[in-house]
Amino acid sequence: MNLELSPADQQFRAEVRAFIERNLPHDIREKVLTGKRLAREDYLRWHRILYERGWSAPSWPKEFGGPGWTPIQQHIFDEECGLAGAPAIIPFGVRMVAPVLMRFGSREQQEYFLPRILSGEHWWCQGYSEPGAGSDLASLKTRAERRGDVYVVNGQKTWNTLGQHADWIFCLVRTSTEGRPQEGISFLLIDMKSPGITVRPIELIDGEHEVNEIFFDNVEVPVANLVGEENRGWTYAKYLLAHERVNIARLGEAKRELRQLKRLAASRPSGGRPLIEDPRFRSAIAELEIDLLALEYTVLRVLSHESPDRDPGPVSSVLKIRGAELQQQLAELKMLALGPYALPHIPEALDFGWQGEPEGAGEWAPITGRYFNMRKTTIYGGSNEIQRNIIAQRILGL
Amino acid sequence: MDFELDTDQLLLQETLQRLLARDYTFERRREIVKSPWGFSEEFWRSLAEQGVLGVGLPEDHGGFGGPVEVMVVMEQIGRSLVLEPFLSTVVLGGGLVRDAGTPEQQSDILPAIVSGDCRMALAHHEPGARYSLDHVRTIARRRGDGFELHGRKTIVLDGAVANLLVVSAWDEAANGLSLFLLDPGTPGVERVRYRTHDGRSAADLKLEGVVVPAQRLLGPPGEGLTLLERAVDQAVAALCAEAVGAMEALNETTLEYLKSRRQFGQPIGRFQALQHRMADMYVMATQARSMSLLATGRCTDPDAVTRRRAVSAAKAFVGKAARFVGQQAVQLHGGMGISAELSVGHYFKRLTMIEMTFGDTSHHVAVVGDAIAAEAH
Ligand SMILES: Cc1cc2nc3c(=O)[nH]c(=O)nc-3n(C[C@H](O)[C@H](O)[C@H](O)COP(=O)(O)OP(=O)(O)OC[C@H]3O[C@@H](n4cnc5c(N)ncnc54)[C@H](O)[C@@H]3O)c2cc1C
Repeated sequence: MNLELSPADQQFRAEVRAFIERNLPHDIREKVLTGKRLAREDYLRWHRILYERGWSAPSWPKEFGGPGWTPIQQHIFDEECGLAGAPAIIPFGVRMVAPVLMRFGSREQQEYFLPRILSGEHWWCQGYSEPGAGSDLASLKTRAERRGDVYVVNGQKTWNTLGQHADWIFCLVRTSTEGRPQEGISFLLIDMKSPGITVRPIELIDGEHEVNEIFFDNVEVPVANLVGEENRGWTYAKYLLAHERVNIARLGEAKRELRQLKRLAASRPSGGRPLIEDPRFRSAIAELEIDLLALEYTVLRVLSHESPDRDPGPVSSVLKIRGAELQQQLAELKMLALGPYALPHIPEALDFGWQGEPEGAGEWAPITGRYFNMRKTTIYGGSNEIQRNIIAQRILGL
Repeated sequence: MDFELDTDQLLLQETLQRLLARDYTFERRREIVKSPWGFSEEFWRSLAEQGVLGVGLPEDHGGFGGPVEVMVVMEQIGRSLVLEPFLSTVVLGGGLVRDAGTPEQQSDILPAIVSGDCRMALAHHEPGARYSLDHVRTIARRRGDGFELHGRKTIVLDGAVANLLVVSAWDEAANGLSLFLLDPGTPGVERVRYRTHDGRSAADLKLEGVVVPAQRLLGPPGEGLTLLERAVDQAVAALCAEAVGAMEALNETTLEYLKSRRQFGQPIGRFQALQHRMADMYVMATQARSMSLLATGRCTDPDAVTRRRAVSAAKAFVGKAARFVGQQAVQLHGGMGISAELSVGHYFKRLTMIEMTFGDTSHHVAVVGDAIAAEAH
């Protein structure tokens, strides 16, 4: 046993850190660190900088143009990005559809799509959920009917994260109603510019536009955009979900939030002293730090015997549950640290460079909205209830 | 002991329920939220017409009832997520004028509250105070036979819609806090208004050489803190009742959802994990109601120690319950819980704001803790 990173990994960390330090644009970094709105172009700018360096797809093997990093190196990279205030890599292309294409896609699909994901030319979104099919994803109803060399798609997807920015959407569609519901699902790649697609924003409780409904009205999709075999989409979808869950722990970001929480608690007065000297508040922060450490070392254990292309299996549910809960608790404590200043809702203050009058608004405005918004983490990516079912059934055999 | 409402109180409850069902549907509320400061003059007038704005105020000025009636109203306000400034105007402002006002102030202000003409806000909180009531840097200097105010106030709840403020200031001559009635349009008052996360509004105030005549001093000079503590305890009890109304409505909505939302070929309420969660939400709301009754019964207790301890215990418990019920109601609704479309998210936000108003859970636990320590000496 050895808890230290190898000298090579330590050096790798130093290299990543130095690169981010030199190349992450100041304005983007500020936006991320202060919780301001990021534009599509902000994400893309950073993506292109990473692309130039060969790092835009940290999890990809060399044969597809990735850096070929070990899981530990990927973890170090994510952590450094998170801590430094780099925007999160939009996962839908790089981390979700790409692994599916690498494993199950045709040669043509790989050659067309993967380089465009790598370069940032294509922004992807995920079309799994429907109004009637959330946790029970297999009950999805969006239909794709084959007519000659196209599929004609009709139906509705919902909760599509940042679908308003997307060039492409990967969709689970029903191609057969025979047999078990899982057996009639196919995995389609759809150009968002196709006639018949309508994107409608959904307003979330923080007042922001992050997710959408997407309607398909006789949308024609070339048969060449079917991934793998017809009616085998469920296998691919599950493969993808497992990839989604490991990453969901978001340790780098959590560490950054913890650091900010400590700073906030040190700067907010309470009874004439800094809040961090309030024993109750301090204990709450300490407990979070301990929980985060427990998660971090669990992630490291999982990663240290994972090979780059192996499905981590049901243990990823452990990471999803705790990662989601910790993100929520961090957001909650930051909100609590504000005391009465948790109340103001000043949406303009989420724009970078805004200077307004109410006390503390510029700095604190994002915090309460984030608390509300982060309730999503235990709902999406397979809700925490569903993850507990997975642990109970697949790990514990109950 | 008797925890039941009497016939007049039940009548008040029914009257309000009828009014809200007719004039304050979730759709109507959504429109009011969209108005500049989250306030409907029309609805405020309807509350006045039904006599609701006189609750807890003296009968000779058009009011009726006491803390129990306030509780009845606040529960309905919680259930319907009413945005209008009942708490600030009637409980805090009206309560202070009732308890400390001169006969002239009372006959000037109280009937105007009852009729809906006067909307009040308490301008007390200042930067750095967090939840302590005695942190006031705004000063009041004697000027002729009146005063001059200098300072800043922040998070003045309902301060964006109020036309009469109660301002606290350190009264140099009296060596204590004094309270002043102030028209927000007075020269030297600068008001920055903004919205709050629950669809309501607030304001920050700058006071620079604001002249207040002697007859606008509210209560004896230097006695402001005692008056405020009493008023805030009553407001906290009222907030507990509002939270109980909101939690119960939220639990009903969530229960409905568990029965109607189907996944895996069955209502999600069939899953035992969710049944237990819903049961816990019910357990919390049930006890929160008990604590709200306790706070209502004790919030006017002349013994400040007894009063404070009961009110803080209630706020601490209700705050904990509000957080649990709010978060879990969102969770049980899945993605729909995060969307602004359903009422769930709006209850969650209001419950959060209630927890953060006049002392969060941790603050009130500490108050009870201090009382325990004092008792041990
Ligand atoms: C902010 C946000 C972003 C999202 N982004 C995307 C996206 O980009 N693409 C996409 O396809 N989807 C996305 N989703 C959708 C997300 O995956 C679903 O919300 C999730 O699968 C839950 O489905 P649901 O919302 O329909 O809730 P439901 O499935 O209706 O669940 C309601 C409640 O029932 C519980 N429940 C359900 N089944 C069981 C069971 N068997 N046992 C115990 N409890 C159960 C759930 O845990 C939940 O508490 C997003 C969601 C959110 C909130």
